[in-house]
Amino acid sequence: MKPAPFGYARPGDWPEALSLLRDGARPLAGGQSLGPMLNLRLAQPATVIDLRHLPGFAGVAVQDGYCRIGAGTSHAEIEDGAIPGRLGAILAGVARRIAYRAVRNRGTIGGSLAHADPAADWVAVLPCFDGAAIALGASGERRIPLADFVLGLMETALRPDEVLRAIELPVLPPEARWGHWKFCRKPGEFSKATACVLAVPGEPPRAVLAALDMPPLVIADAGALLAAPEAEAARIVAGLALRDPWRAALVRTALHRAALAAWEMEE
Amino acid sequence: MSRMPIRMTVNGKAAELVAEPRTHLADLLRGALLLTGTHLGCEHGVCGACTVELDGIPARSCITHAGACDGAAVRSIEGFDADPVMAALREAFSAEHALQCGYCTPGMLITARDIILRLPDADEARVREELSGNLCRCTGYRGIVHAVLRVLAERRGTAP
Ligand SMILES: Cc1cc2nc3c(=O)[nH]c(=O)nc-3n(C[C@H](O)[C@H](O)[C@H](O)COP(=O)(O)OP(=O)(O)OC[C@H]3O[C@@H](n4cnc5c(N)ncnc54)[C@H](O)[C@@H]3O)c2cc1C
Ligand code: FES
Ligand code: FES
Repeated sequence: MKPAPFGYARPGDWPEALSLLRDGARPLAGGQSLGPMLNLRLAQPATVIDLRHLPGFAGVAVQDGYCRIGAGTSHAEIEDGAIPGRLGAILAGVARRIAYRAVRNRGTIGGSLAHADPAADWVAVLPCFDGAAIALGASGERRIPLADFVLGLMETALRPDEVLRAIELPVLPPEARWGHWKFCRKPGEFSKATACVLAVPGEPPRAVLAALDMPPLVIADAGALLAAPEAEAARIVAGLALRDPWRAALVRTALHRAALAAWEMEE
Repeated sequence: MSRMPIRMTVNGKAAELVAEPRTHLADLLRGALLLTGTHLGCEHGVCGACTVELDGIPARSCITHAGACDGAAVRSIEGFDADPVMAALREAFSAEHALQCGYCTPGMLITARDIILRLPDADEARVREELSGNLCRCTGYRGIVHAVLRVLAERRGTAP
């Protein structure tokens, strides 16, 4: 299980990273997905570009009601509270259930989103927030709504000459309600079905269903789900026409439980 | 493919190596530095046998390749001889029968030490959750969980 030979580049600034990218090199962040793919020879890049030493790759900044999370911010940093307030508390709870601490120490939120495994936790959860992925290319930064970022199995809206620079999420009021359910048989496993529900006062509640072998399904107005969780979860999942009944049951139950979890917080 | 110079601090000492960028850290430690305490199980991040401390925090050495390690500080199981938490864990692993073949043990110890320092109030459920990224084929985990709980209790000054 040794990788095919590859070259290694460590750019000192973003323009250099982008020019290496245009030459066809593969970005490397935490290596927690790319590393296994290299070892299994599922990925055989000629060169990897190590993004970890680029200025501002990791880190969190709050400005004008938005929280900008550097793509290189690790799952463990988020678990340990790098993001302030209610948003940070919600994301810390998600981060803690990703893989294992040794993997979370190096794996990054941006690497996970760019990898676009439909069963990955950030892929499932981030579209529930009305935020954007910030892509960086030769002509500067471009905002891609998170609901439109993952296009399919390991396919994203990033262009080949762009890197994911950051993720921008709206700061949440303390009253924001959140429910999240991830089905896996062993802690730290990839999800078999994930659902999450976010209800911010004064806005239509949002929900996401994920780990479906297709891009996450965003429900932009989940009011009916909060009003009648069980019936509405059944209706939504019936509409997906999933082939396996056990799968449909898992997805329906995840959505139902996520809605209940968001609901119960109100009491 | 061309080789590159890699400078690391390994167990407190400077190491200057020349390696192919594709060589992973576990092979650098085992092959180039003859530090064979780091074990390899799955070589794709799942089993935890290869866990070392990389820049002060646990990491999988099988999926971190040489280039990314240039300039890093690495601590493998051989680097914890004088560490008091590891000394307590060694005692507890022995008392609680937390190993049989010992293959998983270096990774278990490095994970266990991180649990003790990061989560001093962890209960049994949390210890089991935190150990879930380290696979053991022999012990059934009970002894390992008890060993970690024993050291946590010792440090809190309570009986296990
Ligand atoms: C044992 C194990 C269990 C796991 N369990 C889970 C789990 O339960 N849930 C979960 O969500 N994940 C899980 N993961 C995956 C983990 O979360 C990875 O950290 C994550 O998927 C990738 O992040 P990374 O920073 O390591 O990216 P890398 O592995 O470095 O890169 C992944 C891919 O994204 C590209 N890329 C990385 N960063 C950028 C960027 N900024 N711009 C453009 N492209 C980029 C790379 O070219 C590569 O194709 C697990 C991993 C392991 C090894
Ligand atoms: S050998 Fe590295 S995790 Fe299994
Ligand atoms: S003691 Fe044999 S694998 Fe754990």
